[in-house]
Amino acid sequence: MQEHHHRTDKQINKELLSSIFATPKWWPIATLLCLIVYLTGMTAFGYMLNKGVGVTGLNRPVFWGFYMVNFVFWIGISHAGIMISAILRLTQAEWRRPITRAAEVLTVFSLIAALQAAPLVHVGRPWRADLWVFPYDFSRGIWINVKSPFIWDPSAVMTYLTASTLFVFVCLIPDLAIIRDRTKGIVSKIYGFLSLGWRGTPVQWKLQIVAGILLSALVLPVFVSVHSIVSWDFAAQIGPEAWHSTIFAPYFIIGAIHSGVSAVATVMVVMVWLFKWDKYITSDHLDAIGRLLIIVATAWFFFFFLEWVYALYTLEGPELAMRQLQVFEMPWSALFIVFVITAYLFPVPLWLFKKVRRNFLWMFITTISVNIGMWLERFLIIVPGLMRKQPLMFSWGTYSPSIVEILMVAMTFAWVLMGMLLFARVFPLIPLFDIKEGMVGRDEIKIGRAKVPASIRE
Amino acid sequence: MAETKWGMVVDLDKCTGCQSCVVACQSENNIPINTEDIFNQRRAIEWIRIERYWEGEFPNVKARYVPVLCQHCDEAPCEPVCPVLATYHNDQGLNVQVYNRCIGTRFCANNCPYTVRFFNFWEPEWPDSLKNQLNPDVTVRSRGIMEKCTFCIQRIRRVSKNSKSGEKTNERDLNPACTNACATDALVFGNLNDPESKVSKARSKGEKRSYKMLEELGTEPNVIYLKKVEKGNKQENHVH
Repeated sequence: MQEHHHRTDKQINKELLSSIFATPKWWPIATLLCLIVYLTGMTAFGYMLNKGVGVTGLNRPVFWGFYMVNFVFWIGISHAGIMISAILRLTQAEWRRPITRAAEVLTVFSLIAALQAAPLVHVGRPWRADLWVFPYDFSRGIWINVKSPFIWDPSAVMTYLTASTLFVFVCLIPDLAIIRDRTKGIVSKIYGFLSLGWRGTPVQWKLQIVAGILLSALVLPVFVSVHSIVSWDFAAQIGPEAWHSTIFAPYFIIGAIHSGVSAVATVMVVMVWLFKWDKYITSDHLDAIGRLLIIVATAWFFFFFLEWVYALYTLEGPELAMRQLQVFEMPWSALFIVFVITAYLFPVPLWLFKKVRRNFLWMFITTISVNIGMWLERFLIIVPGLMRKQPLMFSWGTYSPSIVEILMVAMTFAWVLMGMLLFARVFPLIPLFDIKEGMVGRDEIKIGRAKVPASIRE
Repeated sequence: MAETKWGMVVDLDKCTGCQSCVVACQSENNIPINTEDIFNQRRAIEWIRIERYWEGEFPNVKARYVPVLCQHCDEAPCEPVCPVLATYHNDQGLNVQVYNRCIGTRFCANNCPYTVRFFNFWEPEWPDSLKNQLNPDVTVRSRGIMEKCTFCIQRIRRVSKNSKSGEKTNERDLNPACTNACATDALVFGNLNDPESKVSKARSKGEKRSYKMLEELGTEPNVIYLKKVEKGNKQENHVH
């Protein structure tokens, strides 16, 4: 059972809209910092555009590096939204209520970050990258190559982005109407336009709820498809060692959920710290997400283990050489140790303790640690795989990132942070109507002499 | 079966590792100069390269040379992964690269087990003294795109343009730059489907020594390697 903070509708309106109607002092500074980092990254991108991909550390045979790692990482983070808002919504987990919107917004911004991380920037001629998604030259009958995983990628990511954006918007409508009623002039007009004439009539509520459930149900296939397709960027290749594995799709998906749900937990803690929403996001919520994380993390670790077993079982020279590189050769071995500790061995045993799960600071540290580990995981899959420890020794290579790549990775982090900050300034990050619905569900009603909760889903 | 299927036989017994094929390819195909700096960046472009392996312990050390070029695989792994169809198989068995269509995802290069696909990391540059030697029949590639061995498709085109349809004699004289430059005839080029071509003869002559590189991957290469002949030593030596 969760501890009850009963809030009236007025209190909810006032407290959850506080981020919109009053600018906290730290807000402009934080946003400006993010903007500076973002613009620095964009400048680095401009430099690369001017000089060529040569300014990165990429070479032959390591043709993909930081950009691709970062792309996979952000697609992974984006699985937060779908896990929290679709699956928990459909399973009617009550504790999802205050975090659904933050998770979905995180999804939208991290998907856009993923688009900025690789596909639009890492190619040799970014000015022609549109031809990759859209037909090259239809008048001459030249079509895109539907056999290429790089064609599946944009379709999967764009489907996910469209669905998530719609989902955020549909859930925002009632809250937009509340803001519309509390503002004046042009601002009210804009919110009024966005709220699509919401009056809160029963018919409107019904439509809104049906749309929400439909979207969360329809988006479920995307839950499986997006990261499978991202994994096939690698698994469909025979060139590099250790990628050609059938287990890659589920392994990537569960890894994505691991990092995504961790990121949501991080966002929850940050929201409480920044906006003082401790009446809405409580230790109970962290406890629930912590328990979910233990399961997800362990499932991921199982797949990680299996991937190694399958690799070693082949006893193929190049495969073993690549594994040896990952585990025994500096600097990969050091990164490997950091990865295993931060992604699993440090956070998961800690989550077994209730005190850790209910502690904001500890949850912040452990979930950040998971995402450091998951970033390294993608790095350790992509780069050593491309280093070609195969019999043709003349194509052995190595890779170290250049400053341009590092700045552009930092840029994507700044983008997501900035996006979240800007969103919080304009829209409520905790869904007002959802919280109210939860409160009504918890209200006690009289049946004869007894008082029972109106809803017992908890 | 297609009438023409270009292929090459590489006789490792004849290869002396002199690198003249590398130089010939470099000048025929407008490949930018591979400076020391470019080599250190590991971004050298060599459509054909000589891999040198040492065998044995001192003092009985032997140098082994393996020329590696695009294998023009029948089941080329680079082709299905290109999102914009910039690389495809033409009806003469060539794996061709369309420079204009390439956007530089480098997916093909990652998927090539032979790593014989090259990316233009920088805008290619030549010293002024060499600008007039660029081959007018070959596109000068810009930065940001992939390139690779074409089996000197410009020469194939020239011959097929000049010869009347069905006439094979001209084809039999046709050689890519590397093959022309090879002093020991270690490289033999021609139509694998024509039993009278040089390449078919060389292949059937060396049948017992022949193998294909990384055959187990199922890429069906069209470059056939002939093992080195060892005097009094039957120990097999080849790169697999």
